[in-house]
Amino acid sequence: MLSSPQRKPFSPRAVLVITLAVGVLLFGALFTGILVLTAAIKPVMIAAFLRQVVGVDPATWPHTTLVTWVSMAITALILLTFGAVISGATVWWEMRVSARMQSRIGYNRAGAGGFLQWIADAVKLLFKEDLIPAEADQLLFRVAPYFVMTGFALTFVALPFGEGLVAADLNVGIFYMVAVTALVVVGILLAGWSSNSKWALFGGMRAAAQVVSYEIPAGIAIMVPVLMAGTLSMQGIIRAQGAWPWQWFVFTNPAATVAFLIFFISQLAEGNRTPFDLPEADSELVAGYLSEYSGFRFALFFLVEFGNLWVMAAVLTTLFLGGWQIPWVSAADWTAARGALGDLPGAGWWGLQLLSMLVMVLKTLVVLNVIVWIRWTLPRIRIDQMMNLCWKYLVPFAFAAFVFTLLWQVLLARVPLLATFTGFIMTGLFVAMAALFGRQVKANIAASGDHVDLTNW
Amino acid sequence: MVPVQWYLLLAAVLFGVGLVGVLIKRNALIVMMCIELMLNAANLTFLAFARQQGNIGGHAIAFFVIAVAAAEAAVGLAIVIAIYRTTGSVNVDDVRELREEG
Amino acid sequence: MTQTTGKLLGWILGTALAIGFVVVMGQLAIGPAAQSMVPAPATSAGLTEVLFYVLAGVTIAGAAGVALSHNILYSAIGLLMALLGAGSLYVFLSADFLAVAQLLIYIGGVLVLVLFAVMLTNRITEITVSNTSLGLWGGLMLFVAVAPVLLAVALVTPWATITPAAAAHTTETIGDALLSRWLLPFEVASLVLLASLVGAVAIARKEIKAD
Repeated sequence: MLSSPQRKPFSPRAVLVITLAVGVLLFGALFTGILVLTAAIKPVMIAAFLRQVVGVDPATWPHTTLVTWVSMAITALILLTFGAVISGATVWWEMRVSARMQSRIGYNRAGAGGFLQWIADAVKLLFKEDLIPAEADQLLFRVAPYFVMTGFALTFVALPFGEGLVAADLNVGIFYMVAVTALVVVGILLAGWSSNSKWALFGGMRAAAQVVSYEIPAGIAIMVPVLMAGTLSMQGIIRAQGAWPWQWFVFTNPAATVAFLIFFISQLAEGNRTPFDLPEADSELVAGYLSEYSGFRFALFFLVEFGNLWVMAAVLTTLFLGGWQIPWVSAADWTAARGALGDLPGAGWWGLQLLSMLVMVLKTLVVLNVIVWIRWTLPRIRIDQMMNLCWKYLVPFAFAAFVFTLLWQVLLARVPLLATFTGFIMTGLFVAMAALFGRQVKANIAASGDHVDLTNW
Repeated sequence: MVPVQWYLLLAAVLFGVGLVGVLIKRNALIVMMCIELMLNAANLTFLAFARQQGNIGGHAIAFFVIAVAAAEAAVGLAIVIAIYRTTGSVNVDDVRELREEG
Repeated sequence: MTQTTGKLLGWILGTALAIGFVVVMGQLAIGPAAQSMVPAPATSAGLTEVLFYVLAGVTIAGAAGVALSHNILYSAIGLLMALLGAGSLYVFLSADFLAVAQLLIYIGGVLVLVLFAVMLTNRITEITVSNTSLGLWGGLMLFVAVAPVLLAVALVTPWATITPAAAAHTTETIGDALLSRWLLPFEVASLVLLASLVGAVAIARKEIKAD
């Protein structure tokens, strides 16, 4: 904690207490806010709140619209803050994991385990000079981060956090999610061009070529869960799946497993993550499209890049991994817990919502962790390899998975048990593969005479 | 509800601006952007009528317009880049090799 | 210090506004089925009108930017504004699917392609990418000649006033329409797309000299 020579540093115990307090308070407040507000901004809930708590008739009360608007504004603010904070926490996690993978220590100065480092970094970036190169296109250089930030923030509108926990369950949900990320590409291209630097220009061009190319396999892969669920709505896709792994889309259909892998790879490429981080390849392009950015504008690019990990992981969880579904809780139980539609729901319903949020967050964090592992395991690929992978492998396989799913759905209509059967087999295969992987890791560690040590956090 | 006339007015202005852009600009890329504007004006009209008539046909046609616009952009931009490679210019007035003398 | 705080506040408010805007639009026009069953809340009737005027203003300003700007990249930004404005208006026309398709295809596809072409056809040293035109007055006269006709047609024609049906989900109905009544155009459109794909590759690739 900011230990300067003049001041006595905090004791390790105090540091731990402060870190835990900050972490618990920050994330507790954010998740509570999301839990309460995303559920509460639905018109029927506001009407019930006004009728039962405030004690007025929402149809005639003059301030109903005002209440709706204020609660929506607060929800938007909380979602935005969540995006920023989760991006910071992801940076911390990524740095810790990468340090362990490379036998380093990593962040360990600010707070216990360096957890408060991202706050310190953010504050530092805020106070740095916001430099605009003399030869840059002033206007475009300034507005480029807006596009990137807006494209990122808008994804949170349709991103589910739990059964009733989504700002707006758009009926074109997943389509919308894909579409708003287009704004990020425009921002990156403009940032690259307006910097008036060859590194930035190359970075911007590479980013645009990469994202536009990988949108195609991603889009086709998305069609597989959409076909299986029969809806584009994010919540609808989750409702079509079950809570247990053998009821998830990724395991109930062999083509969906392929689609999952294709979508995962495409998402890595669209998020400019290693092994697809050519747009900011630091050994060739300095920092790519954000070479010339500093201070707050740089912080925004950075925030979007790491905040995107959460969005990626949550979308993957939604489409293929069963989302927020809780074991033993069926759709009927949700309706029963909800009570009468015009009333405020009881404590049981809120408890279920909290549980569904926990499930969703846990799954998202697991996927996010896998993305971090991949970044620090694989080397960067060349640009021709990247294009080959997209156009010669991912696109044809995505089409094949799409056509297979069409036939599969026809088959399922006749033999409904097939989905459960495939689910069990695929889950069994996955568990077996995970066990083999674990055994190999253990054997490798033993062979090199090393040992697993988790004590030195 | 906003009456359908307002949408038609907006589409008319959008189309007019696009038309002006096509005719006064000499940069091939801007000409293409203005064509996109005109296509958008047409789409707006189709959708306004689709809502007014409660007919889904307008949506279908607007969908085709978007698809054709994407195809047009791909081929058109390829042509622009090919012209730039051979003549070093994207000015539409420079591309008159085949024009008769006089 | 105060400048940074002010900028930060501005950023947060601006982005929150964007999120809130989409949420409002979602609740107004393309909310889930569960919400349309309950009696609609007392959303002020003027909200739709105000949003329409704002979006129409954005669209026209963007279009004017495309046609009049001297920097080609500013024209591209104008196109972005015009497409975004028109796409948001589609939501009010209960065309939610097309609104998102507009966002995906025009902004994610066409606009990025245009920006790409701008960068391929201009040298990086030309910071003000020139964008010549035939002069404003000729264009203005042309506009004066064209727009009144279209406006008059829009205003004078007695359009049948059918009260529009309530906003419904269009994805399924569009899908049904495309595969029944519009099947032939749909297939032809796919052929057009395939032909343009092949054509674009054939035109844009560098010629490989045989010798």
